[in-house]
Amino acid sequence: MTQTDFFTLLPAILLTLWACALLLVDVFTPGAHKGRTAFLAALGLAFTLGVTFLQPGEYTGFNGMVVRDGFANFLISLFLLTGLLGVAVAYGYLRRMGIERGEYYSLMLFSIVGMMLMAQATDLLVIFIALELLSIPLYVLAAFAYPNTASEEAGLKYFLLGAFSTGFVVYGIALTFGATGATSIAAIVAATAAGVANKALLLSGAALILVGLGFKTALVPFHMWTPDVYQGAPTSVTAFMAAGAKAAGFAALIRVFSSAFPALAADLTPILWALAALTMILGNLVAIAQSDIKRMLAYSSIAQAGYILMAFVAFGSDLARPVAISAALFYLVAYTVSSFGAWGVVISLEKEQGKDLQIADYAGLGKKFPWLAAAMTLFMLSFTGLPPTIGLIGKLYLFRAALQGGLYWLAIIGVVTSLISAFYYLRVVLTMYMKDGQPDVARETWLTATIVFSALATVIISLFPAPLFDWASRALLMVMK
Amino acid sequence: MTLELFLFFTLALIALVTAGGMVFSKSAVYAALNLVTNFLSVAILYLLLDAPFIALAQVTVYAGAIMVLFLFVIMLLGVETLRAEFDWKKIWLQAVLALALLVEGFVMLFQRMGQAANLPFNTASVLTNPSEMAKVLFTDYLLPFELTSILLLVAMIGAIVLTKQVKKRSL
Amino acid sequence: MLLEYAAIATMIFVTALVAVIAIVLGVLFGPKRPTDKKSMPYESGMNPIGPGTRRVPVRFYLIAVLFILFDIEVVFFVPWALVFKQFVSQSQGFFVFAEMTTFIVILLVGYIYAWKKGALEWE
Repeated sequence: MTQTDFFTLLPAILLTLWACALLLVDVFTPGAHKGRTAFLAALGLAFTLGVTFLQPGEYTGFNGMVVRDGFANFLISLFLLTGLLGVAVAYGYLRRMGIERGEYYSLMLFSIVGMMLMAQATDLLVIFIALELLSIPLYVLAAFAYPNTASEEAGLKYFLLGAFSTGFVVYGIALTFGATGATSIAAIVAATAAGVANKALLLSGAALILVGLGFKTALVPFHMWTPDVYQGAPTSVTAFMAAGAKAAGFAALIRVFSSAFPALAADLTPILWALAALTMILGNLVAIAQSDIKRMLAYSSIAQAGYILMAFVAFGSDLARPVAISAALFYLVAYTVSSFGAWGVVISLEKEQGKDLQIADYAGLGKKFPWLAAAMTLFMLSFTGLPPTIGLIGKLYLFRAALQGGLYWLAIIGVVTSLISAFYYLRVVLTMYMKDGQPDVARETWLTATIVFSALATVIISLFPAPLFDWASRALLMVMK
Repeated sequence: MTLELFLFFTLALIALVTAGGMVFSKSAVYAALNLVTNFLSVAILYLLLDAPFIALAQVTVYAGAIMVLFLFVIMLLGVETLRAEFDWKKIWLQAVLALALLVEGFVMLFQRMGQAANLPFNTASVLTNPSEMAKVLFTDYLLPFELTSILLLVAMIGAIVLTKQVKKRSL
Repeated sequence: MLLEYAAIATMIFVTALVAVIAIVLGVLFGPKRPTDKKSMPYESGMNPIGPGTRRVPVRFYLIAVLFILFDIEVVFFVPWALVFKQFVSQSQGFFVFAEMTTFIVILLVGYIYAWKKGALEWE
């Protein structure tokens, strides 16, 4: 391992060491002081975030298996932010539900290491291992509230379907290897350019990889697990995986498809088109029928994935691709802050595992807790794409990218489904303000801090989107040679 | 018939019969034992293909550890006495698809028979010799190797978290 | 090439043969006078109670999973041990040694964790 190798993976290495240390510290921490582990985990994430900022730059390491480019740096920072918010929402929640155990935070850190590697990997083999490293802790976390049966079911379901989807990815990698004789993106590109690659095999490989990553990002028709898992898992876990796993799946999808398979764009674009359209339509339509807020947010997260994919459909065009990637990155940030805010509100209302999670339970929130209701309204507006929120700006960038790629029909579907989505998002708002009820909320410092942070970010970035968007536009993929 | 061909056909027959036995046996424990035999015969097939490392992994990990896990889980769930019922009406679609896949495989095989494998890379570069493979594993593929250990660590934590009850007294 | 494995094959064959001979001899020449008492399942000389199969506790599962994980670790040791001397002769010994040390230390963390959590104890 050389110095370049070390700097390429610096954030991941730091976080791995921290997670290992955290695991050991926790074992030797007496039960009454388990809260310390959460603070240590947050400290580690903040430290890694600081190091990532102080030590940016472009590196290629481990024989070209991983890179650290603008794209990776952007996503690494996003994942670390996701982790910090994830710790903040979990701290009080786990204690309240009586499932506080130190492993929660170690597993979360390991999962974040997997996410980072997904964004950095330039070799399909590393993508496979990163995908497993990201998923296995999430399977365990989804079942963390056992012997609660809903949580157990969520863990088992996520594990079984996740294992299948990883199987698809591995098979896709194998076929890609059969077609090109390589697993590294650079070599795949070289083999495709030299014309030695077997096109049918390569296309099947790419399609299978798409299935596996589509599962992680919850694209229709690979979304079946999402509502059950999001509903059954402890809500703090749901908040973390809704933001993190989705962003990591998109990270790998964007890098692999735009670096390794641009030559297949003509064949893959119709598939992506159909996936994006289906995801937007089905996610939004089914969300209308939900009465449980966790299920509604689950379908909403499916629909949001559709919008991100919409921008990326035209990945074959050199003109549209950079716009699409920066729009997707920007929207991932928008989605992360809004979704953490919304899940934070859900967590503060959930007094017992699985209680008070109906949309009807939000009645009267506007009168009794006006600030909390205002924050929830903001997040719902952001999901819909209405001002004054980051969701609006993000959606505008996504639509611009789609139009740049000449995807007029897809953009129209996007606009229409956004209108449909207003129906169920605003229904939550109406319930909070127009109906009477006696909701009760938990007051916890870190949870409140998360909601306040998300609400501020949602508004402030929408007023001054330029710095973040500039950063996203500079977050380019390193060209594979 | 050469020795290798004779060995191949014997092992292939054993592998097929035990695979069938695994699917159709009425008791889960018999199915598991059929599967062990299948794993072992496949391991020897790997040896015939000059891939001793894969054969070693197959025997130690699959025929050894994974089978122990299977048997424990069968007994854990208490399913060894459950009788499997086959209803062809319920699985006809799967059967037709599996048959189609089999036919397709044979067609591909007979079309290609006798031709040189048309692969975009030099098959000699695919390493099967354990020490050749190890040289690559510990230099070029160093990162996946080290990541594997983190993956194993996470799996270990997960298994312990999910099965070990929290003791009431402080741990 | 296959002749390299002749020794192992012979061993497997002889082992199987001895087992088969022992069983066949028993079947052929052993006296068989079954009674009701004799054909009962053997349970330490007691009258058997309840069904012969019973659900085993989940700790067996934990042991099996830990076994698999350490087994996979061992599978990585074998190729490492095969080439270690070659790397040493190319004066890369320290590098390869450090690699395996990292690998083991990461798993050692898991081992300490498992130990402290009591996963290796049979309560």
